[in-house]
Amino acid sequence: MSRTEKIRGGVAEAMAHDSARLHVTGAARYCDDIQAPAGLAHACLGLAEAAHGRIVSLDLAAVKAAPGVLGVLTASDIPGANDISPTGRHDEPVFATGEVLFHGQPLFAVVAETRDAARRAARLAEVEIVPLPAILDLDAARAAGGKLVTAPLTLTLGDVDAAIAAAPRRLAGRMAIGGQDHFYLEGHIALALPGEDGEVAVFSSTQHPSEVQHMVAHVLGLPSNRVTVEVRRMGGAFGGKETQSNLFAAVAALAAVTLDRPVKLRPDRDDDMVATGKRHDMEVDYEVGFDAAGNVLGVEMTFAARCGFSADLSGPVTDRTLFHADNCYHWPAARLTSEPLMTHTVSNTAFRGFGGPQGMLAAERVIEEVAFALGEDPLTIRTRNVYGDAARAVTPYHQRVEDNIAPRLMAALAERADYWARRAALRRANADSAVIKRGLALTPVKFGISFTATHFNQAGALVHVYADGSVRLNHGGTEMGQGLYMKVAQVVAEEFQIDVDRVRITATTTDKVPNTSATAASSGSDLNGMAARNAARAIRDRLTDFAAESHGVARDQVSFLPGRVRVGNAEIAFDELVRQAYMARVQLSATGFYKTPKIHWDRVAGRGRPFYYFSYGAAAAEVAVDTATGEYQVERVDILHDVGRSLNPAIDRGQIEGGFVQGMGWLTTEELWWDDAGRLRTHAPSTYKIPLASDRPRVFNVHLAEDSENREETIYRSKAVGEPPLMLAMSVLHALSDAVASVADYSLCPRLDPPATPERVLAAVDRLREAAR
Amino acid sequence: MTSTRGAIRFLHRGRVRELAAESATRTVLDWLRETEGLTGTKEGCAEGDCGACTVLLGRAEAGAVRYEAVNACIAFLGMLEGRHLVTVEDLAASDGTLTPVQQAMVECHASQCGFCTPGFVMALSALRHASASASARDVEVALQGNLCRCTGYQPIVEAGARMYELTGPPVLPAVEPGELDALEDGATVRVGGFVQPASLDALADILQATPEATIVAGATDVGLWVTKGLRDITPMVHIGRVAALREIDEGPERLRLGAGVSYTQAWPALVRLAPGLDALLARIGGAQVRNAGTIGGNIANGSPIGDMPPPLIALGARLELRSRGEVRELPLEDFFLDYGRQDLAPGEFVTAVTIPRPKPGTHFAVYKISKRRDEDISALCGAFRIDLVDGVVVEARIAFGGMAATPKRAAVAEAAMRGRTWDETVLDAAIAALAMDYAPIDDWRASGAYRSRIAGNLLRRFFAETTEPAMPVRLAHV
Ligand SMILES: Cc1cc2nc3c(=O)[nH]c(=O)nc-3n(C[C@H](O)[C@H](O)[C@H](O)COP(=O)(O)OP(=O)(O)OC[C@H]3O[C@@H](n4cnc5c(N)ncnc54)[C@H](O)[C@@H]3O)c2cc1C
Ligand code: FES
Ligand code: FES
Repeated sequence: MSRTEKIRGGVAEAMAHDSARLHVTGAARYCDDIQAPAGLAHACLGLAEAAHGRIVSLDLAAVKAAPGVLGVLTASDIPGANDISPTGRHDEPVFATGEVLFHGQPLFAVVAETRDAARRAARLAEVEIVPLPAILDLDAARAAGGKLVTAPLTLTLGDVDAAIAAAPRRLAGRMAIGGQDHFYLEGHIALALPGEDGEVAVFSSTQHPSEVQHMVAHVLGLPSNRVTVEVRRMGGAFGGKETQSNLFAAVAALAAVTLDRPVKLRPDRDDDMVATGKRHDMEVDYEVGFDAAGNVLGVEMTFAARCGFSADLSGPVTDRTLFHADNCYHWPAARLTSEPLMTHTVSNTAFRGFGGPQGMLAAERVIEEVAFALGEDPLTIRTRNVYGDAARAVTPYHQRVEDNIAPRLMAALAERADYWARRAALRRANADSAVIKRGLALTPVKFGISFTATHFNQAGALVHVYADGSVRLNHGGTEMGQGLYMKVAQVVAEEFQIDVDRVRITATTTDKVPNTSATAASSGSDLNGMAARNAARAIRDRLTDFAAESHGVARDQVSFLPGRVRVGNAEIAFDELVRQAYMARVQLSATGFYKTPKIHWDRVAGRGRPFYYFSYGAAAAEVAVDTATGEYQVERVDILHDVGRSLNPAIDRGQIEGGFVQGMGWLTTEELWWDDAGRLRTHAPSTYKIPLASDRPRVFNVHLAEDSENREETIYRSKAVGEPPLMLAMSVLHALSDAVASVADYSLCPRLDPPATPERVLAAVDRLREAAR
Repeated sequence: MTSTRGAIRFLHRGRVRELAAESATRTVLDWLRETEGLTGTKEGCAEGDCGACTVLLGRAEAGAVRYEAVNACIAFLGMLEGRHLVTVEDLAASDGTLTPVQQAMVECHASQCGFCTPGFVMALSALRHASASASARDVEVALQGNLCRCTGYQPIVEAGARMYELTGPPVLPAVEPGELDALEDGATVRVGGFVQPASLDALADILQATPEATIVAGATDVGLWVTKGLRDITPMVHIGRVAALREIDEGPERLRLGAGVSYTQAWPALVRLAPGLDALLARIGGAQVRNAGTIGGNIANGSPIGDMPPPLIALGARLELRSRGEVRELPLEDFFLDYGRQDLAPGEFVTAVTIPRPKPGTHFAVYKISKRRDEDISALCGAFRIDLVDGVVVEARIAFGGMAATPKRAAVAEAAMRGRTWDETVLDAAIAALAMDYAPIDDWRASGAYRSRIAGNLLRRFFAETTEPAMPVRLAHV
């Protein structure tokens, strides 16, 4: 490397995604693109066609006899446990036996020479299921006694009953919040290769290779050391591949081991959507006490969540809902309760935000209600209630908000977006426009960073420096498009002061870094960046020792400069120093480990510090609504988002924009629709509508918050960015609400529940017009 | 007697490919990925909705080769006959230099997980190849058939502008028209259940001989019967090579569209006939679907939510059908008998649709309502046409999709308008009458109540647009 003053691709540089070139040329290999091994067979799942019922018979003779079929697998073929429950509750079988618990539950798998043959054969099963009463929605769940899939949680701060009772004003309401399908562009897939002596290697599109490894071992009755799970990249995940990959990997591995052939399982998009969990839909009952100035005095909320047939991650998801039911607001007294209800539907799971978004939506609804009750602008009420100084900094879980920049962000954004002037202009324009009404809203975001299960907050990395000075990097985090691999490579490049091109990023695999946590909770770069830095530092320390010793200088006389190392008065190219170190038998490989400090959480007491820090943001959205049809479009969005000191501003910006649009989809056009038989009818992109290019805001101004650095010692003082931006899209829902409110001269709260499809928007318009009459 | 050829011939990667032993229902995507090992083209849905499988097909047209984006997941292999197939692997120069489109995507940070990226690169390459510049709106329209779940699209749309500023290797390895013309031998292609005649007479004969055959035009409906329904639709008779069915005849009195004309091809002529169709055409599928899908197929498919029948019925279109020797014509609305049942005899096929040119005094509009604005199926689609003479409605034709088991006229509402002065009173009467015309159902696209409510509101919108055109009553981009 030349003697430049700066390395290429160090920390804070807006590097392109490491695979960008491969993406645009079609050369990036996803699991389905791995060259087919000889003898590859294909599996297809047979799914139940009843929401709840007793399996009377499962006749697979026709399936077995179908052309190209190699074998059929049911629960009785499982050598280990017929269980892929990620919580150890044994409430989630690979294949249903005895009882079917949701429409689309896997009953068997068929393996055939081709994928087409397997799909055709799967449809030939003769299954007799005696229907049992199916609990499909929250009302039915409550009516049937309210069975829970996991222990509920209550967070309590102060005496909320007294606070609400004593409040000058009170109101109560209910909000229904829709679910969301992940719609990762690459569906689930697993490819399993049988090895010798019971070993199996699985290529899986998963955010959680270690869990897939453990599940496969569990199902096959093997110790974990026989199973290797690898993933180079996913075509999107968003939480949908945190636990949901287990099924596909387990079945592929079971088939591979049983037939002693490589087996791939790639479900059709319809099966993927029907058989895998989604974001929880919830119903929130809220009551709020407030004063005439709009200060909230007490809040009570109950979140009923449709969890589906099993616990999956519903416990931590609904906990996180409660942790975020304050959003950025100080509730002086609060009681927040979760009700994780069992239903005969697919088991809902992690999805970007992990329950947090539903809590935050409820908080914003409460604020909106107060604003309308008092005839104030919602932004005024937001500003009034935002977390503040020490006296107004305690959350309902008794962690103090110490790094609060929400007020500053909101004020800066209101100015940047010219909120008040536009608000006035809009209202004037609405008065003159009979059909098309405009709406504007500014909403903030505060999101807690860390896994709330403390033990997940650990990570490992493995760094090799080869004798030629090139570096190979591996860590437990997975790449799903979020740019984690690049960020971590930038960290390693920075540590060694070499160009990032010299750092080879490699697939995540359980045999290099063990016992990893899911790449989730926005924690990927926080955890893996630190682990990789620790690994790189260990090697750098050895190189420093070696250089100091071999040149007879003190350690502090050794420093790593771009592409070279200064040793006393001499400078040696990095590669040369490495070569010398190798010759001197210095170990050039190291593991790194990291665990997040400071955090603790006592669930029973409802107290602790579950979050290492908070990420903040704010968005202002303007929409236009056709009040005759409910159609709308997003005219302009301004965002100010906090990423601390960015590791890579280009990648962070991408996360913000992408998260926003994904959140907007959740709150607008993405509607999950089950029929009376419990069948998901929006099971493909033809019926389930995620945003398109033409849905993106027509004007989209995105800025990273300036002068922000993480108060905590995170990797280069950056902040997590994966999840928080999704909730910036709340501004769109509230802008729609504002436009709707115009039809009743802003006197009534529209109570617009998401997803705000055109039909829902029109219903709100009609309701307000009726009420205002 | 036409000759027969037992192989499909097309251009791919610089050579003529001849495939003789392929199944009719094999998709281009499966062939690329499984047989050719070309895995750059992705499968995201296998139903034409996500665009991850986008490839380009070159077609000789008016002395040039036109490259169109299509969805490989629902294109049958035989449909490659006589075309030039271009995939993402074929773009970058052999030394690895990226094309302006690819380079722009990299520079704009337009890929995250990258799974959608090949599809976007192909869709943008088609645009960049076809035009010397593009507005943000043009880019959006070119990308209506591509889903991205990661980026939020902003950087991709930026790449759509940036690609015009960059130079580099050719956007795609275009061929000369002569190379494609050389493949046309007039023979009927027959491969593994796939039959593709090259003339109208040959088509008529084949259908006469095999009336059980499935007619395939663009396969944007039929493709899903195979990829999702796993149906055996052989023998499959593909009409895409019959030149007579691809004719567009713009006469002074009427427009005649051959049944095999795609939305893309018909678009300019339809807009010249009735400018109100522009906004609708921009909302049918995405570019890939409009390039492959035909208006004849939309009609013949007989779906109650197909978008073309309502406006064409309102405009007074007639359908032309042919069985072996016989040609007949009927008003389009009469073609739709009941849900899934059309007035089409075995062996008979649609040859054309003829649309009379609106007269002065004719007001026409069509409104589509869907959950998502673009690339979505209508919850309902309402088309309105009135002929006004001195403020009096001398003729009214209203047709809706999504309101009944077939595309259906609003006979009662029309009667309430015909012969009356076009004013609020008549409007209210007509809106009330819609309740007698339609009893729509609930489904995942909309409730029946919403459909009913909107149907009236759309008639009100039509009234406003005909009486007070200056007042905006729809969103700017709808
Ligand atoms: C992603 C996607 C989006 C879509 N969006 C829309 C939309 O917005 N609006 C809309 O209306 N439709 C939409 N469609 C449906 C479809 O594109 C249209 O119906 C299309 O016009 C069908 O034409 P085709 O040429 O592809 O027909 P094919 O699929 O080839 O055939 C459809 C039917 O017509 C029959 N047929 C075709 N040609 C003839 C003929 N000449 N004579 C007799 N029978 C014939 C076939 O046998 C078959 O029954 C969409 C489809 C997809 C995949
Ligand atoms: S795979 Fe989705 S459009 Fe073809
Ligand atoms: S980059 Fe992931 S879907 Fe577009």
